[in-house]
Amino acid sequence: MKNVVGKPVKRVEDPRLIQGKATYVDDLSLPGMLHAAVVRSPHAHARITAIRTEAAKALPGVKAVLTGADVNPHVTMVSSPDVMPGQKSPKHTVLAQDRVYYVGHAVAVVVATDRTIARDALDLVEVDYDALPAVTEMEKAIEKGSPLTHPELGTNVAYTWDLQGGDAAAGFKAADRVLRVRMRHPRVIPMPIEPRGCVTSWQAGDESLTMWTSTQIPHLIRMLLPKLIGVPEHKLRIVAPEVGGGFGAKLNLYPEELICCHLTRRLGLPVKWIESRRENAATTIHGRDQIGDYEIAVKKDGTLLAIKSRTLADLGSYLQMGTPAIPTLTGLMLPGCYKLRGVDIKVTGVHTHKMATDAYRGAGRPEATFTIERIMDIVAAELELDPIEVRVHNYVKSTEFPFKSVGGVTYDSGDYAGTLKKAMTLAGWEKLHKDRDAARRDGKLCGVGLSTYVEICSFGPSSMMSAGGWEWGSVRVEMSGQATVITGATPHGQGQETSFAQIAADRLGIDMADVTVLRGDTSVAPYGRDTYGSRATAIGGTAILMCADKIIAKAKILAAHLLKSTPKQLEFKGGRFFVRGKTAKALTWKELASEAYNARHLPKGFEPGLEASSFFEPPNCTFPFGTHIAAVEIDRDTGEVQITKYVAVDDCGNRINPLLVEGQIQGGIAHSIGQALTERTVYGEDGQLVTGEFMDYALPRASDIPAYVMGMTVTPSPSNPMGVKGVGEAGTIGAAPAIANAVVDALSTLGVRHLDMPFTPERVWRAIHDTASRPVVGNESKKGVKK
Amino acid sequence: MKITVRVNGTSTEREVEPRLLLVQFLREVCGLTGTHVGCETSLCGACTVLVDGQAVKSCTMLAVQADGADVTTIEGLAKNGDLHPVQQGFWECHGLQCGFCTPGMIMAGVQLLDRNARPSREDICRGLDGNLCRCTGYSHIIDAIAHAARSRKP
Repeated sequence: MKNVVGKPVKRVEDPRLIQGKATYVDDLSLPGMLHAAVVRSPHAHARITAIRTEAAKALPGVKAVLTGADVNPHVTMVSSPDVMPGQKSPKHTVLAQDRVYYVGHAVAVVVATDRTIARDALDLVEVDYDALPAVTEMEKAIEKGSPLTHPELGTNVAYTWDLQGGDAAAGFKAADRVLRVRMRHPRVIPMPIEPRGCVTSWQAGDESLTMWTSTQIPHLIRMLLPKLIGVPEHKLRIVAPEVGGGFGAKLNLYPEELICCHLTRRLGLPVKWIESRRENAATTIHGRDQIGDYEIAVKKDGTLLAIKSRTLADLGSYLQMGTPAIPTLTGLMLPGCYKLRGVDIKVTGVHTHKMATDAYRGAGRPEATFTIERIMDIVAAELELDPIEVRVHNYVKSTEFPFKSVGGVTYDSGDYAGTLKKAMTLAGWEKLHKDRDAARRDGKLCGVGLSTYVEICSFGPSSMMSAGGWEWGSVRVEMSGQATVITGATPHGQGQETSFAQIAADRLGIDMADVTVLRGDTSVAPYGRDTYGSRATAIGGTAILMCADKIIAKAKILAAHLLKSTPKQLEFKGGRFFVRGKTAKALTWKELASEAYNARHLPKGFEPGLEASSFFEPPNCTFPFGTHIAAVEIDRDTGEVQITKYVAVDDCGNRINPLLVEGQIQGGIAHSIGQALTERTVYGEDGQLVTGEFMDYALPRASDIPAYVMGMTVTPSPSNPMGVKGVGEAGTIGAAPAIANAVVDALSTLGVRHLDMPFTPERVWRAIHDTASRPVVGNESKKGVKK
Repeated sequence: MKITVRVNGTSTEREVEPRLLLVQFLREVCGLTGTHVGCETSLCGACTVLVDGQAVKSCTMLAVQADGADVTTIEGLAKNGDLHPVQQGFWECHGLQCGFCTPGMIMAGVQLLDRNARPSREDICRGLDGNLCRCTGYSHIIDAIAHAARSRKP
């Protein structure tokens, strides 16, 4: 297939995946491989007074039982590179030292010849605990006299972060009205269907270590490991084989990976560790978990002037790599699609005895979009204005890009009114409301809601990153004329083996079937910054494009020499090189590659081979945007919310493969539907994770998903030559506020002004019946304007 | 205990521990790692296989219970290099992303179409109630099974 960019090409990854021929971590088996299992704390907070391992060690097949005292001197836990100035957070160790501070905290590790023996041995490790008071709610945690998550820190407040953008004070001074609302952004659990896991193998002969791990970030792990495990970088190979979903949960280096690196060295045999579902729920990062108090300054005509935001962010008990940074992304993107005079933002990061939060799909931006898009509806409701008019009135106009927002970031390009208009057309906005009103007359609870989002992704210029925001790639035209593409991005389901092949095939003018894309192995792709933050195509794809251009330039020199011409006289079209006007006498890639590698007729000073590598350093992030519209019907008797219509119009710039883009958006929306309707993370007062299995943590099922109506607009990004924006998180960011606005619209006939997610039947039923809790939106009149 | 299980047309006779799960038997004894384990509690459906034609969560069935049975796994669906219509549907309709739930989804889809050759969208959703996917948002999976239903010979 040729001219494939922009076409919905079927994925090249699929044949192995649909036939059971792919290799995930748990499918690997090495000679002599041992199996590790982790003893975990059943307490949220306790002092460890004794650990007895003798009985476990005596079980036939058990090779080792190790505690913190055995392992911690040899392996250090990764620390967050984003720690705030003056931050107070614990020094976390890979195994608990003498105190456990969340349920699931790793206390000891068992290694055996077989996985079931290792699990049997877990029950034979006896740990004595003295339970200590647990801190589980961040609002209580910041009260005076609260028990402490980490007594040695003297406080549960880890940090405060301020963002003063524009002139918020002037905005409040000019306001006709100041509205107040409190919103909770509930904690959610990423739950990839493949849990985490790794296989480590120490090669004693050359003192090198290989780790196959279910991760999004093999390159970042290789960069971080030397200091933590004492093996130098050039002796490390990290492989992310087939990875069964990440969503940010695998954008981290976890204690178990570090422990297994140590175990294989210590025991001299390969070691496999595979997480159980319960472990995944309890000890892999969680997302969101903020409580915000917002004050909104508005003019009576609906002009949004300023927002004051005071949020608490539950960081959990210790820091994973990005933990403290995530709530700050919420601050950056709080202004959304709108022009404001200013924002006054303060984030307080709080430690509790729960699993660490970190970058779960959307990472801080869903909270921002939820807040601002609920605010727009609240403003409309309070001022009795049309929610569409309020939005359009405050939008950044398509002529105003690049636009520096009061959040301090520069939006690259956009046409917010354009996606809104298209979505309204696709949804049949007028009819949707007529139908809603007719249903209401029949006594039904129906609502329509929308959200218009802008998000920040394709991170980023290196200046805003802690470890480089570039991506690396390499392209090699082989002697056969076929091409091998290597990317430092680490796709794990997104489909870049296909879309990068499309990019390379088109640029080189060859058949897509003649391109292979390699990824996910640091010994194959020496450099990389991996896959997260919807960055792989915008940054990694561009690196591939740059490589192709370098090879074409080099091939032109060789072709000119062979055709007895000059590179300037040469043209390259459809995979053929010829002297301008003389298309009959053209050289193909195969002919040129044969000459380039045989190297007998090269121009003077010409290096053999046709191979290039590139780093692409983006000048800015990208800012995808869109409009989502949801219609819901609520069962008055059960509180159950049903989405009766869903329209998504997304603008992610140019689309390399529209089929894959659609898949990313639909998958993203499903995460957001889960967060809005079904998923609820419950920690008991004692810090027990109550929703630690699929039985009680309700991922959406096929029957929870509406038939999506998809649309698009295309506003290319100036941040990269392909004009792409990234689309991995857009759906997750755009959907929940649209659903929330629809739910609140449905309940507004009962006087409900705001409701927090998740809209489980119980919560909605209570909102219907518990009139005492209204109104949630506070109100302050200014300048004599009274409602 | 000694058991004999016919997997994808090949009989395997083996002495197994009574507590060995069918999924462990398939993955560790037969070396068929296409069947995945996502939750060990029969809730996610990644381990779905056909036992005597019935879809079963192989993470909560003992291998000894499959003694004498005929088991079909994802590896046994394609015949002579031709994909099963459900596999083909998943490929055509972008019914998968990370691929981890896919073998179980496909086996559930095969069972669904065996029971109802012309399912509605609601029928498909109901038929997939025992299978979780975290990547696709299901819509393309539903399309994939509808595609397979259309392409199967009546």
